[in-house]
Amino acid sequence: MAITLTEAAANRVESFLSSRGKGIGVRLGVKTSGCSGLAYVLEFVDELDDGDEVFEDRGVKVIVDSKSLVYLDGTELDYGKEGLNEGFKFNNPNVKDECGCGESFKV
Amino acid sequence: MALLQIAEPGLAAAPHEHRLAAGIDLGTTNSLVATVRSGVAETLPDADGRHTLPSVVRYTAGGVEVGESARLAASGDPLNTIASAKRLIGRGVADVKSIGEELPYEFVSGDSAVPRIRTLAGDVTPVEVSAEILKVLGGRAQQTLGGELAGVVITVPAYFDDAQRQATKDAARLAGLHVYRLLNEPTAAAVAYGLDRGADGVHAIYDLGGGTFDVSILRLHNGVFEVMATGGDTALGGDDFDAAVAGWLLQQASLGIDADRGTLRHALDMARAAKEALTDATAVDVQLTLPQGGTWHGELTRERLAELIDPLVRKTITTCRRVIRDAGVSTDDIEDVVMVGGSTRGLRVRERVAELFGREPLVDIDPDRVVAIGAALQADVLAGNKPDDDMLLLDVNPLSLGIETMGGLTEKIIPRNTTIPVARAQEFTTFKDGQSAMAVHVVQGERELVADCRSLARFELHGIPPMVAGAARIRVTFAVDADGLLHVEAREQTSGVSASVEVKPSYGLTDDEITGMLQASIDHAGKDMDVRRLVEEKVEAQRVIEALSAALANDADELLDAAERARVDAALQRLVAVAESSQSAADVEAAIKQLERDCEFYVERRMNSGIRKAMAGHRVDEFSEENGSSAD
Repeated sequence: MAITLTEAAANRVESFLSSRGKGIGVRLGVKTSGCSGLAYVLEFVDELDDGDEVFEDRGVKVIVDSKSLVYLDGTELDYGKEGLNEGFKFNNPNVKDECGCGESFKV
Repeated sequence: MALLQIAEPGLAAAPHEHRLAAGIDLGTTNSLVATVRSGVAETLPDADGRHTLPSVVRYTAGGVEVGESARLAASGDPLNTIASAKRLIGRGVADVKSIGEELPYEFVSGDSAVPRIRTLAGDVTPVEVSAEILKVLGGRAQQTLGGELAGVVITVPAYFDDAQRQATKDAARLAGLHVYRLLNEPTAAAVAYGLDRGADGVHAIYDLGGGTFDVSILRLHNGVFEVMATGGDTALGGDDFDAAVAGWLLQQASLGIDADRGTLRHALDMARAAKEALTDATAVDVQLTLPQGGTWHGELTRERLAELIDPLVRKTITTCRRVIRDAGVSTDDIEDVVMVGGSTRGLRVRERVAELFGREPLVDIDPDRVVAIGAALQADVLAGNKPDDDMLLLDVNPLSLGIETMGGLTEKIIPRNTTIPVARAQEFTTFKDGQSAMAVHVVQGERELVADCRSLARFELHGIPPMVAGAARIRVTFAVDADGLLHVEAREQTSGVSASVEVKPSYGLTDDEITGMLQASIDHAGKDMDVRRLVEEKVEAQRVIEALSAALANDADELLDAAERARVDAALQRLVAVAESSQSAADVEAAIKQLERDCEFYVERRMNSGIRKAMAGHRVDEFSEENGSSAD
């Protein structure tokens, strides 16, 4: 089981964490909502919860709760630009179908 | 797939429910938009990578141009290119006349209260011009964030009055933006540096832009910034530094300041480049292409630059001193000095400011962007993207808050509908020689009499040093924090003695009750008037009764027989009874008239009997109005 980050994503997470001034890493998760089943969660982590698994890639700690991990295993977090907009992308091999906007998905 | 940002713990938004927010620095010369992404506040560039948008709007037959292209067209098309909408927004026609003389626009004369500028695309108001700028910035934010904006925070100068603030909000509405709140520019700069999360204290914001200078003294009290004093010069900025340096360049190159436009422009460009380079270098080579051909070479050192701009910097320092004095603080009281505006990059400016305040100013955040960044941080909080303990509630105080003054009247200090958090202060004084204490009665409501308002708290300020009446300066500060908690402090300014109280004004008040209290103030507007009229008529009745009684005591025995005397007494008693018990001003008035009629014969007799002197000193004209006679 593993979660990985691209170099761009790792650099971004690191710089966001340092300008935020606190936090141990970034949480990747899923929750049930949205137009197509599941939705991604991307949050800073200040403290670990019970059942959290911690991965480390390129010096960045990625925290995933064990329930979400089922849906996220093998995911690569990427950072990219689309026009003026920029942000993180989940490259998730478990996804079978996602809504038009890509904010929610089915496995 | 969609691009995601990192949210605060527990605050990841559901799909399609991102609370996108932006902060907008709507400037006189340039405007910026900023937003918070993954916890970082930054200004947003346009597709060409430019962060600042010149606040210039050009109206052509074909449409509207905003920004750089409009700015470039300004000199060629001055009538249709509006570059100073911020100086006109929210101002009346009369105000604009005085400013307008310096502006090249053609104002439409008309009966409208709002100035209108004639352009190729029709008449436009300053609000509409500002809306065009806001539309571009709002659009840039929506494109960058990939969704609709939930709301924006727009900054305005601390000295903007209610009309200018309302006009700015109107412009945002026209641009299709929801305004969470307007934020004072100096407050935004303080927020950008996180001073709002620090301890209570006094801060100075030094804002030197291209064409304007402002300095503000802010006091942070219970998490709320109060503008203690503000001042500045609307015609002093970096452009004047450039002109001073350009003048020196021309002189060194043996050219007069009467050189042709092109050479002047060239000298100004060279001056600006040299000035900026001297922030890093201690000396730079300068050169001017001479109009008669050839090139002049020279060197500009930091020392020389300092000499050239010092008279201008000194002006800003003098203003700072005055504003510090106005705020009633000393430089020792000031904890942080925030630098805003591109011209504060100059080392000489920083040196002089550090000298004045006795501390190094804060310069880490790009001074051109710091206001927009502060606005973005505030917008992010207001959009609900921060955990509860960081949450600043955007709210208004539903009812006016004030204190009781002499005669049981209410002095409103924070009017209803003021956005909170807010802090306002007002000075009061003593009314008796040697008065050593003062009672402060905090009330809430819209009615004029304290008796009709809701009493929130009472406290006393003791230990006022003995002074003649009116000499003491007691500053009463009302601060409502984001949670609606009211903190009232009374402080005697010379001795520093103070007393304070904290109260939750909305405690125990439901929305219905607040609505009820507001309705009561409207309903009672009429009733209050009736009560006053009743009191006035009763006073009048009392006066009539006393005058008649005095007359009767004087000469009733001579002029009236027993039956007549009984009639007059009975009439008098009727008025006494009505004046005592009636609740209707009209009834009392009618009773007074009735008494006048009943006693008419007596009054006439007194006149006719020629004993005028008995009436001297009494006002009996009220008895004789109807027959037109009068007594001396």
